[in-house]
Amino acid sequence: MESPWFHLDRSGQSLRLTAGGPWTVYHAAAVDGALRRLDPKDATAAEIDASGVEALDTTGAWMLLRTKCQLAAAGLTITAFKVPEDFKPLLQVIESDQPPPPAAVVTRDTFAAYLEHVGRASHSVLIQGLGILGYVGRITIEWFKTIYAPQRHFRLIATMHQIEEVGINALPIVGLLMFLVGIVLAYQGADQLKRFGLDIYTVNALGIGVLRELGVLITAIIIAGRSGSAFTAQIGTMKVNEEIDAMQTMGLNVDDVLILPRVTGLVIALPFLTFYADVVALIGGALMCYFDMGITFPMFIRQLHQAINLDTFLVGMIKAPVFAYVIGMVGCFEGLNVERNAASVGKLTTRSVVESVFLVIVLDAAFSVMFSILGI
Amino acid sequence: MAGPDTIISVKGLVTRLGGKLIHDHIDLDVRRGEVIAIVGGSGSGKSVLLRSIVGLMRPAAGSIDVFGEDVLAMNENAMRALQRRWGVLFQDGALFSSQTVAENIQVPLREFTDVPQVLMNEIAAIKLAMVGLGEDAASKYPSELSGGMRKRASLARALVLDPEIVFLDEPTSGLDPIAAAAFDQLIASLQKSLGLTVFMVTHDLDTLNAICDRAAVLVNKKLKVGTIDEVRRDPDPWIQEYFAGPRGRAAMRQ
Repeated sequence: MESPWFHLDRSGQSLRLTAGGPWTVYHAAAVDGALRRLDPKDATAAEIDASGVEALDTTGAWMLLRTKCQLAAAGLTITAFKVPEDFKPLLQVIESDQPPPPAAVVTRDTFAAYLEHVGRASHSVLIQGLGILGYVGRITIEWFKTIYAPQRHFRLIATMHQIEEVGINALPIVGLLMFLVGIVLAYQGADQLKRFGLDIYTVNALGIGVLRELGVLITAIIIAGRSGSAFTAQIGTMKVNEEIDAMQTMGLNVDDVLILPRVTGLVIALPFLTFYADVVALIGGALMCYFDMGITFPMFIRQLHQAINLDTFLVGMIKAPVFAYVIGMVGCFEGLNVERNAASVGKLTTRSVVESVFLVIVLDAAFSVMFSILGI
Repeated sequence: MAGPDTIISVKGLVTRLGGKLIHDHIDLDVRRGEVIAIVGGSGSGKSVLLRSIVGLMRPAAGSIDVFGEDVLAMNENAMRALQRRWGVLFQDGALFSSQTVAENIQVPLREFTDVPQVLMNEIAAIKLAMVGLGEDAASKYPSELSGGMRKRASLARALVLDPEIVFLDEPTSGLDPIAAAAFDQLIASLQKSLGLTVFMVTHDLDTLNAICDRAAVLVNKKLKVGTIDEVRRDPDPWIQEYFAGPRGRAAMRQ
């Protein structure tokens, strides 16, 4: 396709600019630079003849008008401005809107912008932490109210539904993953301990590892990804649809209807899931012990019996409701933080998962410190 | 038969959504330079028709020609070339939320042209001025704008490549009556000065009376096309209710 063109003719004090070809946005790059660099030198009058222009759109029209203004600003008198009759209305539209200054596109890559970003991020982390803390307090109070007047605040069916949703429906995925974790642990343990001829102690490592730490930790992380995110997305979507506002205007207590059933359901379901995860992981480990080292199932049980006691099991189990509480709380809190746009649902769902996994691991570390001080 | 200045030609269009028949063999010709409005009850498939023409949905049967080319049989390159020649304004603007208004307007320029950044900034400013937004809107994010401003900004984006057709999906919905009337005037003046063909889906009787040349009413899965007066005389009960109801009469009195 042919390109737009323009010529400059100088005769004494006057300048004549002839333009032709397609002056459209697709070809603008070909003439824009040269037009900007246009130097009137010592001319005092200019004539613009664009009658050879074959196609003109807003961009082309703007370039012609800009050139005219540019020459006028340089002190030249514009003696003529010729354009084909067809294009006059278009030029009038732009002219009547008076050439605006170019739209500013903000560059965000400066050092100051980086500092601002760091500052804002730190501030929002702080606000976020305070927010969660305040929310945990509020829900705890709601919970006590429920204990005092269960018939008014407690929603049995909703809670049962949540137990099914976060507990029973999670059984397949938790089972499969924990089975594999058991296999991997047993394999790695066996690989190392075989060198010292201590094959049988794989069972000890497996039993203690799974029951104290990994069973509950991995289950909690799976549930944070599966149910914590679901809480945020569900409540967030309701927020976007103004369903939460509708509930409030009808006099329904959002905490009773949405939050408590979810958090309670999770606190009840996660210990059971953890127990199930422990059992499945041990079965996976036992299977690996048998195939890798020939430790039969009765031998496995006998060794496990020596390696662990009730405390080992309880140390793991006691963490489950705490993790559940944190996951449920963060999930619901972030859900209620959703603003009235769809993008915010996605953003806060991500944040909810990151925060709950983070808090679960931090709390796990805190438990470890506590148990070591208590000598359990 | 499609005349020489027919710009969009829909023939025998059949659309099914989830097994439900939406359009039953509808025909529609849109002429170059006119403003045509698609009217119909909620759920009658107005937006579906628009989405089929711009290639977002595939009809079960029928043909859709835009600029004389069959949209349904097009390869990717031809479709890309076609997409530069139309602009679409979605109901709530559909501005990209991670970009400022100016960046939004420049998206088609970046994608289809090699215009330098300085000129792109100038183009964004002109387009904003054309749709009646001030220069301060350029660096704002869509979430910082009101509904009416979002629509204007989105119209600026739709117009940035000087398309021949603009598709408007309920351009005045969600606007207050004053903003809606102003938006109607904006569309009318841009249509005249840029020689646009406007294809709009609307509920708004005021828009229909103020700026539309022809109307196409979707009733009972069929399309009835004509000038506003012709359509108004149609005996169909829905059309009578629509034009002769209290709102219709009020809009007509003006």
